[in-house]
Amino acid sequence: MTPLLQVEGLSHYYGERAACLDISFDLAPGEVLGIVGESGSGKTSLLNCLSARLRPSAGRILYRSASGEILDVYGLSEAKRRWLARTEWGVVQQNPRDGLRMTVSAGANVGERLMAIGARHYGEIRASAESWLERVEIDRNRIDDLPLTFSGGMLQRLQIARNLISHPRLVFMDEPTGGLDVSVQARLLDLLQRLVTDLGLAAVIVTHDLAVARLLAHRLMVMRQGRVVETGLTDQLLDDPHHPYTQLLVSSVLHP
Amino acid sequence: MSVMITVENLAKTYVLHTQGGIEIAVFQDQSLEVAAGECVTLHGPSGAGKSTLLRCLYGNCRPSAGRIQVRHGGDRVEMTDADPQVILDLRKLSLGYVSQFLRAIPRISALDVVAEPLRGLAMPIQEARQRAGALLARLHIPERLWSLAPATFSGGEQQRVNIARGFAAKHPILLLDEPTASLDAANRRAVIELILEAKAEQRAIVGVFHDDEVREAVSTRLHLLKG
Repeated sequence: MTPLLQVEGLSHYYGERAACLDISFDLAPGEVLGIVGESGSGKTSLLNCLSARLRPSAGRILYRSASGEILDVYGLSEAKRRWLARTEWGVVQQNPRDGLRMTVSAGANVGERLMAIGARHYGEIRASAESWLERVEIDRNRIDDLPLTFSGGMLQRLQIARNLISHPRLVFMDEPTGGLDVSVQARLLDLLQRLVTDLGLAAVIVTHDLAVARLLAHRLMVMRQGRVVETGLTDQLLDDPHHPYTQLLVSSVLHP
Repeated sequence: MSVMITVENLAKTYVLHTQGGIEIAVFQDQSLEVAAGECVTLHGPSGAGKSTLLRCLYGNCRPSAGRIQVRHGGDRVEMTDADPQVILDLRKLSLGYVSQFLRAIPRISALDVVAEPLRGLAMPIQEARQRAGALLARLHIPERLWSLAPATFSGGEQQRVNIARGFAAKHPILLLDEPTASLDAANRRAVIELILEAKAEQRAIVGVFHDDEVREAVSTRLHLLKG
């Protein structure tokens, strides 16, 4: 199968210090890749490079667009790259306040991407926004409320709806359940899992939580000090880790 | 007689880097062939590596040496160096697995836990739930529990949900790790019936069965692991 995303020799430096070093992998359509590792291992820098928000110091990223064209992500013009990020991709940030516009209504947040891809009919946009609020289990009566009045878990679900409404093909998520209490996490995970399966989304998910990785990811990449130390099928890697660092990660949690 | 699984000179050694690099040799030089319609019991003392061998067959555990080939549609797939994508596809279509314990997911009902492998085969949800319900009923899970998440169920109930899930998609190869360990007599019989039906449908089964009654009822032959 032709990969959706091809990453070749990707590195990023902050001054002298390497955040991620010589990373290569392919992502297949519909595949969910988890990136795990402790904080400071370079996961988020890698995700930012992948999602066109941080120009890597070296290497390249090729993306196969919906029209079948192979695009060199950082070879595109700034405008084309932004268009790609808004239409075929989605980005779910750890802190939903970074991914939402807090001063406009929930409905406007969710509807914005539809307008970006050319929807103009107000009634249809609103109806679509309502149905997406429902899908992420937010009462449709809250459509005109500002996100400021939402709880943390609701904000994260709102951010997810905002990203998925335009049916992206590839979603990048940075610790999507971070900072939420356990019961809210469980609900969000269940929701994410259903959406990813039902929509056939490909996704790259950064998490330090191995239980989250097990539930959502088909395949894992373990990062340490900017490098990928082990990669493989999720349950294989968690149940039979080979690399000393992966063994340490797995043995350090109670029930991965 | 069509061969569904071929295992050649398989060995597994765990290297525990977090405990001073200790090596634990679980088993060595295991060779085994399983044909359609057979039920092969992995037999041996505790610690002999029965579950580990079963997990190798499911692609959950990576052997240190040797190879495993499994029948996948018309092909024979080499499991030992297969891509994650290939193993996931094998599990979807060809390999069923009943683990010792159910890994319950919060908020997902027992009915959907069982129906999920069928949904993976693109079966419409109503039909998948119907088949899931029929299996749960055969395993004596009362209907009032079907809509609840199994996390709160008893050990025996969880295991029956797990068994129903493993049998739901009627995979051509079925791997069973002590499926009857926490079941009462009536449910043991229900599981024996399911296994016998699977054999009659020419599916290949590899299992670990500690219970003498179950083992004698279902096994075509034993594969001995010495430990």
